Amino acid sequence: MQTPPPFDYERATSVEHAIALLERLGPEARLVAGGHSLLPMMKLRLARPEHLIDINDLVSQLAYVRVESNELRIGAMTRHADVLASAVVREHMAMLVDAERVIADPIVRNRGTIGGSLCQADPSEDLSAAFSAAKATVVIQSASGSRNVAARELHTGPYETVVGPAEMLTEVRIPIRPGCGSAYEKVERRVGDWAVAAVGVCVWMQGATIGDIGIGLTAVGATHFCCPEAEDALRGKEPTEENIAAAAALASQHCNPQADQRGPAEYKRHLAGELTARALRRAVARAAGKDA
Amino acid sequence: MTATEVPMSAAGNPIGFGRMMRKEDVRFVRGKGNYVDDVNLPGMLHGAILRSPYAHAKIVSIDTAAAEAHPKVKAVITGAVLDTLKLAWMPTLSYDTQAVLATDKVRFQGQEVAFVVADDRYAARDALELIDVIYEPLPPIIDAKRAMDPGAAVIRDDKEGKTDNHIYDWEAGDQAATDAAFASADVVVVQDMLYPRSHPAPMETCGTVAHMDKVTGKLTLWSNTQAPHAHRTVYALVAGLPEHKIQVISPDIGGGFGNKVPIYPGYVCSIVGSIVTGRPVKWIEDRSENLMSTGFARDYHMRGEIAATRDGKILGVRVNVLADHGAFNAVAQPTNYPAGFFHIFTGSYDYPVAHCKVTAVYTNKAPGGVAYACSFRITEAVYLIERVIDCLADELKMDPAELRMKNLLRPEQFPYTTPTGWEYDSGDYPRALQLALDIAGYPALRAEQAEKRANGELMGIGLSFFTEGVGAGPRKHMDILGLGMADGCELRVHPTGKAQLRLSVQSQGQGHETTFAQIVAQEVGIPPEDVEVIHGDTDNTPFGLGTYGSRSTPVSGAAAAVVARRVRDKARIIAAAALECSPDDLEWSSGRWSVKGDPEKGKTIQEIAMLSHSNLELPDGVEGHLDAQAVYNPPNLTYPFGAYICVVDVDKGTGQVKVRRFIAVDDCGPRINPTIVEGQIHGGLVDGIGMALMEAIAFDADGNCLGGSFMDYLLPTAMEVPTFELGETVTPSPHHPLGCKGVGESATVGSPAAVVNAVMDALKPYGVRHADMPLTPAQVWMTMQGRPFRTDMAIE
Amino acid sequence: MQITMTINGDEVSRDVEARVLLVHFIRDQVGLTGTHWGCDTSNCGACVVWLDGTPVKSCTVLAAMADGREVRTVEGMEHADGLDPVQQGFMECHGLQCGFCTPGMMLTTRWLLDHNPDPSEGEIREAISGQLCRCTGYDNIIKSVQWAAAHAREEAVTS
Repeated sequence: MQTPPPFDYERATSVEHAIALLERLGPEARLVAGGHSLLPMMKLRLARPEHLIDINDLVSQLAYVRVESNELRIGAMTRHADVLASAVVREHMAMLVDAERVIADPIVRNRGTIGGSLCQADPSEDLSAAFSAAKATVVIQSASGSRNVAARELHTGPYETVVGPAEMLTEVRIPIRPGCGSAYEKVERRVGDWAVAAVGVCVWMQGATIGDIGIGLTAVGATHFCCPEAEDALRGKEPTEENIAAAAALASQHCNPQADQRGPAEYKRHLAGELTARALRRAVARAAGKDA
Repeated sequence: MTATEVPMSAAGNPIGFGRMMRKEDVRFVRGKGNYVDDVNLPGMLHGAILRSPYAHAKIVSIDTAAAEAHPKVKAVITGAVLDTLKLAWMPTLSYDTQAVLATDKVRFQGQEVAFVVADDRYAARDALELIDVIYEPLPPIIDAKRAMDPGAAVIRDDKEGKTDNHIYDWEAGDQAATDAAFASADVVVVQDMLYPRSHPAPMETCGTVAHMDKVTGKLTLWSNTQAPHAHRTVYALVAGLPEHKIQVISPDIGGGFGNKVPIYPGYVCSIVGSIVTGRPVKWIEDRSENLMSTGFARDYHMRGEIAATRDGKILGVRVNVLADHGAFNAVAQPTNYPAGFFHIFTGSYDYPVAHCKVTAVYTNKAPGGVAYACSFRITEAVYLIERVIDCLADELKMDPAELRMKNLLRPEQFPYTTPTGWEYDSGDYPRALQLALDIAGYPALRAEQAEKRANGELMGIGLSFFTEGVGAGPRKHMDILGLGMADGCELRVHPTGKAQLRLSVQSQGQGHETTFAQIVAQEVGIPPEDVEVIHGDTDNTPFGLGTYGSRSTPVSGAAAAVVARRVRDKARIIAAAALECSPDDLEWSSGRWSVKGDPEKGKTIQEIAMLSHSNLELPDGVEGHLDAQAVYNPPNLTYPFGAYICVVDVDKGTGQVKVRRFIAVDDCGPRINPTIVEGQIHGGLVDGIGMALMEAIAFDADGNCLGGSFMDYLLPTAMEVPTFELGETVTPSPHHPLGCKGVGESATVGSPAAVVNAVMDALKPYGVRHADMPLTPAQVWMTMQGRPFRTDMAIE
Repeated sequence: MQITMTINGDEVSRDVEARVLLVHFIRDQVGLTGTHWGCDTSNCGACVVWLDGTPVKSCTVLAAMADGREVRTVEGMEHADGLDPVQQGFMECHGLQCGFCTPGMMLTTRWLLDHNPDPSEGEIREAISGQLCRCTGYDNIIKSVQWAAAHAREEAVTS
């Protein structure tokens, strides 16, 4: 079996300790939480950090799901399995439960964390699109304090985020607003595979019209994992089939999928539209209290 | 003998055929299996292989100095080193040669270039990075269809005088008669199809622990090989080691499926490593090595043509095949059959003429082709005929079940000789097909489909009817590397009536420790729990060609029946001696010889066992003990068959295929242990779903392997397959002592066509008759647009 | 570095490099070879063990991450008075053939039944969807799980 190259190992006992270690050990140090993105890359020797800082002990501080100040706040060390099982998450943002259900597989979900997934920043990461759709904010901590960054501004490129070398993402905050309905639709070749394409939609209804909307696109090269063009086209409108189709067409246009063995660009582009329409319908139905 | 007649032992097991729990399971559920990577010997070292990143390149230089200087490295072996031992190249099972470690060139991505031996597996892996190889890339031949282009780079320039990438041409059948039938037919349907390169991917990868004991001169190899005796003989021939000083032990094996038949460079390197270091050397490949370099399966580009009358009577079939063998012809199949048993493509139908031509070429890909439960290319053959017959049904606007039923061979035609020379032993095909249709509720399914179609929903029903030929084989016709495919078996009954059966075939999960005990139980009346089955150790078992091609029951099972009957016959003589009567006065019932008309007067087999070892005076010419030995040379293959029906629903918007139902009716003659047979079928059906919907090894234009991990080579999980609905008919083989036919590969052979036929049926409204496997969501959706793509190349 | 963990109730201590994977620690350092490995990319699940009571893929966990924690492997499934119903169920229902994926399948099954004593077929399929089997076609694995659910031990664990 592939084995990782040698490295030094530290275990962080607190957020502050983790950050201090990052500062001391420098840019060849990486945090490891669930490890199911980083360790496979190290086993293939594609990633070769000199120091690993194990932050799994921080579950006591950073694994939580709570509602505070009109926000659904999820700690960065919350395991995927726990987000999936959370009734609180299901109540406020069912899209996240939909997404977690199709992230990796049940055993991997026992270890992977939402913070780890976001910071790995894979262009096919489901949560990146989901949090973009939810218009979430992430909290990033450093030695000098903390700062909030919009989920839509977190990623700067494939595998790149604005989290600095001596910083740590500690929490994701999702605004709770009335009239919310959300859904996530994903096509994968097989359970556990990355998405061929996936779409997450949040609507906040005002009566019969869409008051606000977030559309997140996964694995199709969408800038910041979202599609403002499609969102703009639906905001303030009613979710008629015609309007949905128009928004889906915009989602299809405003993305940049790459051909690979999951499919040609043409197909992925089609999926971006098709899944936008499906996620929209379900999100709207859920906002109306229908269990879709 | 029906199930109700089989007596039960004190432990609750049938003394003969029937359902029982497997005897081998206890160690596995307790975590006490003994697989190759579990083998640990004192002083054992670990080997690792450096592999080529290029598909085709000259080796300019290899610098191993840094690796050799690593404190934990004990040896570094290159092709140059092996060359001095004349081991840089080895023969393949197809009379070609394969590089053990590359010398002049590398010829596929992943090819073995150097072998490191180190204290532990982590250090061995580290040392690989310290070897510096300078390559000069050459243009790779990736598209098999371009391999014979004029001016194409010659891959096997190691062969003197080789100027192209051609391996062989082979044909079967009567071309003139077939062409004549086609020329005068009402209807001719032509369909090109690819059976993509796939991989058996057993859960356990290939590996070995080699221990050359310098003191005794004995080489012991723990090797998860499906053919331990054949390997031993080949090592003796190739390495010049005395064969009686080589012991190959196949311990528990985590799945074979044909992947573990060939001899791989890693095995040879571990042997050399052990010789050089004087210590045992373990080499276990990782998954990417397994997928990129070990025996793949299929890769047949086929053009199938079927001629028929307008009312659906098949007149003839002809096929042209382009076979991609990779960089070395390393397929494992009987010598006289370079294309395996492909010429069984005529299938299960009654028509007089057929012809096939197979052209094999080299490409810059891993060697192999015969593996993954193919029964020596019968997977390809069945796929071909079952797809073209569906294409014919489409052309004639005829129901595919009706078309098949109209053309299936009838029971009274058996034994039946096919246009390409196979003699099918027995079969009742219409009965099996009807049973499958009944279990499926076929008319209701078609009615549902009509309703759904009217609603714009995509539902498909696909059939596949297959005839397999398994149990290679008659030694006159079938040998591998000159070793005839006859297998030995030995039965020894101890004084206290317990027995040991030594087999030549090695289990990789098929349950031999149970089923073979049941054969002995059936014939000799000793309860299965009192029969120990010994297999996998060449020092302790008789010679045989190994377990693959579903040959265990047909060949070794026959051998076991023969030895058991010899024991029973001998027991009769000994019983007669003890009872002071003539053997003719005795009759056999439930493990006992007793006097006809005086049943009180008899001896159980256990009593006879003790008597045979005692001071009982035996007649002249009769030796003591209760043992027997046999080598079984099968007179023919056995021909299991089946009828499969797959029901799918296709998501119109995404192209996703859901397998809703899968009905499988199999006929493998009498079933020794129905539970084990059903398990074999379940496993094979999932193989078929995998190949039809998600499994393929493709390459990009530079020769990069795109299926080199389980992220890329997708295997079905429990979510992608339904609960299977099985049915059974029983048509015994007339020539097998137990009437049994093989079954291990049937489901893998028969199922892919059923799934593909179902999906293409679902897509009928779109007017595209064929799309190549795997029918991933992308492929299905593109097919709906009228543009299915090649699945052996990178998607652009 | 010195790593100490409890495996199947026994404390185990070894000095290994930080990079040693938990699966190798269990197999090579401690000699418990019932846990297997079958891939490089965390897909196959042959390596599943329990870490602090939760199934994980031990090929994707460092032994160092398990320092101070509890690990349970297939060798720790059996009870003093006999096999666990899950083990018995796999034998009763022919839920294994080559046995290579079996330890992982059984450990996931045990965890599933501890948390969901009467799972539906769909829930069973989903629970094992992170693990591959090449032999059984999954049908009999599901039956094995159902058998174990129906034959729970008297002192069934509920948490």
